[in-house]
Amino acid sequence: MSTWANLGLQDSSSPLMEQLIFFHDHALMILVMITVLVGYLMFTLFFNKYVNRYLLHGQTIEIIWTILPAIILLFIAFPSLRLLYLLDEINEPSVTLKAIGHQWYWSYEYSDFNNVEFDSYMIPTNELPVDGFRLLDVDNRVVLPMNSQIRILVTAADVIHSWTVPALGVKVDGTPGRLNQTNFLINRPGLFYGQCSEICGANHSFMPIVIESIPVNYFIKWISKNNS
Amino acid sequence: MTKLETAPFDPRFPNQNVTRYCYQSYVDFHRCQKKRGTNYEPCNYFKKVFNSMCPNAWVEKWNDQIDSGTFPGRI
Ligand SMILES: [Cu+2]
Repeated sequence: MSTWANLGLQDSSSPLMEQLIFFHDHALMILVMITVLVGYLMFTLFFNKYVNRYLLHGQTIEIIWTILPAIILLFIAFPSLRLLYLLDEINEPSVTLKAIGHQWYWSYEYSDFNNVEFDSYMIPTNELPVDGFRLLDVDNRVVLPMNSQIRILVTAADVIHSWTVPALGVKVDGTPGRLNQTNFLINRPGLFYGQCSEICGANHSFMPIVIESIPVNYFIKWISKNNS
Repeated sequence: MTKLETAPFDPRFPNQNVTRYCYQSYVDFHRCQKKRGTNYEPCNYFKKVFNSMCPNAWVEKWNDQIDSGTFPGRI
């Protein structure tokens, strides 16, 4: 989760988020290099005393400063496209989780084995335990097995919501009447926090998402215990 | 012991929008039962798929529509 004064991306907990972070750093590296170069050029051009009264055009330099940015853009475009298709890839999933957005809470359904369904409400600040996270902790967490491919289907019952977990690199809109599918793999145990990311009404800020990632055998125990 | 198993990737629905995967499996299940009778075991594959893919509220709604004869799909 995001802690105090965290301005960058959260630590990744899935292979795809790892790739997203690599791409972010790569793109930012190129941006910094361009900013430094252009900044240096502007600085030296403003603060020198040279005058060229006959300067109208320079064919060679114009070709260079047109082609070079195009090549630099390719170095951003190709990794970006690779990542785009990688995120879209659906691997053979072993668990399907359905997340349904409501005004204003998430409800979850696991229907692969036996039917488990529950609502997940934020814990209000006055009921929060001393070690709880304000506006982030929920009463019923989404329990998922680690190191397994998980298919998540997002939809909504009333207005558009968005199911988001930054540490896993997942953000999917939940639209009424439509099922959106995405895939992820959690590569460590722990708690992962997220919030609804589509303005959905008065309590939009108060419908957080908490994932509890646990080993597969414990997940099976949990799912058999919660058979409704 | 429960086996971790869910609806497989279906090449007919390669997109992020898989609304049709759910709907089609639901219709297929009822078509299968209509043709083969309710005791035909292979039909339950479709049931497994639509149970995994469809929100429970949708299934309940469609079941009610089938019961009252107002289901819009062709079964
Ligand atoms: Cu929302």
